[in-house]
Amino acid sequence: MGNGTSIGRVRGLGSAKSGTHHWLLQRFTAIGNLLLLLWLAASIVLLPDLSYASVADWLATPVPAVAMILLVVSSFWHARLGMQVMVEDYVHEHANKFACIAALNLVAFAGAAFGVFCVVRLALGAHA
Amino acid sequence: MANAGTSNRPLSPHLQIWRWGPHMFVSIMHRVTGNGLAVAGLGVLLWWLGALASGPKAYETFAWAMTTPIGYIVLVGISWAFFTHMMSGLRHFVLDVGAGFELKSNKVWSILSPVLGVLATAAFWALLLLR
Repeated sequence: MGNGTSIGRVRGLGSAKSGTHHWLLQRFTAIGNLLLLLWLAASIVLLPDLSYASVADWLATPVPAVAMILLVVSSFWHARLGMQVMVEDYVHEHANKFACIAALNLVAFAGAAFGVFCVVRLALGAHA
Repeated sequence: MANAGTSNRPLSPHLQIWRWGPHMFVSIMHRVTGNGLAVAGLGVLLWWLGALASGPKAYETFAWAMTTPIGYIVLVGISWAFFTHMMSGLRHFVLDVGAGFELKSNKVWSILSPVLGVLATAAFWALLLLR
């Protein structure tokens, strides 16, 4: 947002900055979430029970482990994009907006890293 | 500088200007359920995965918390938010390709998507509890 003319400001940095890319990623991750979360819902229903032994044994096998890792990445990515839109809509002051989005990025990456690590630890047999 | 030349621009009309319709409700619910899932849904997911990775004792604590009355309210709330967000998200996919903007079909799907979300939530819990 420099001191240029209106058209110059629009060409350089429109209000959405890089809106189409963000919009598309929101859709791509939505498709991922649709498939992976329906898989999770079906798995929860189809597991014999939800005890530690049943769930841990199931999640330690290769296909569920990989699907869960993908689920964590896709859902955290989608959540980060969605919450960014909320921040942009409701936090109007530039410094506060920057701080919110910085915090959002840290939390999203930390959460996804924790989720992936937990699945990997389980799948690689920490309790086998 | 970001606001240079924009101080006298008209503001877009906000909620109180419009007559309420189901499409407004479904849009607001999409945002509410989405952000709710981002906080509570992903929080519980990480607790679940963390408890699984930490071992049976941690899982016992998680299972205890989730089977208290508050735990059930949280879990039912998360599943309802997910199915509602999924249904309104599917509606968004239809709108994204330029379909479903006719007044009547827009209204019908705005009413149907939250209803389908509730039905899917009920079906999920029925399958889970009756197995």
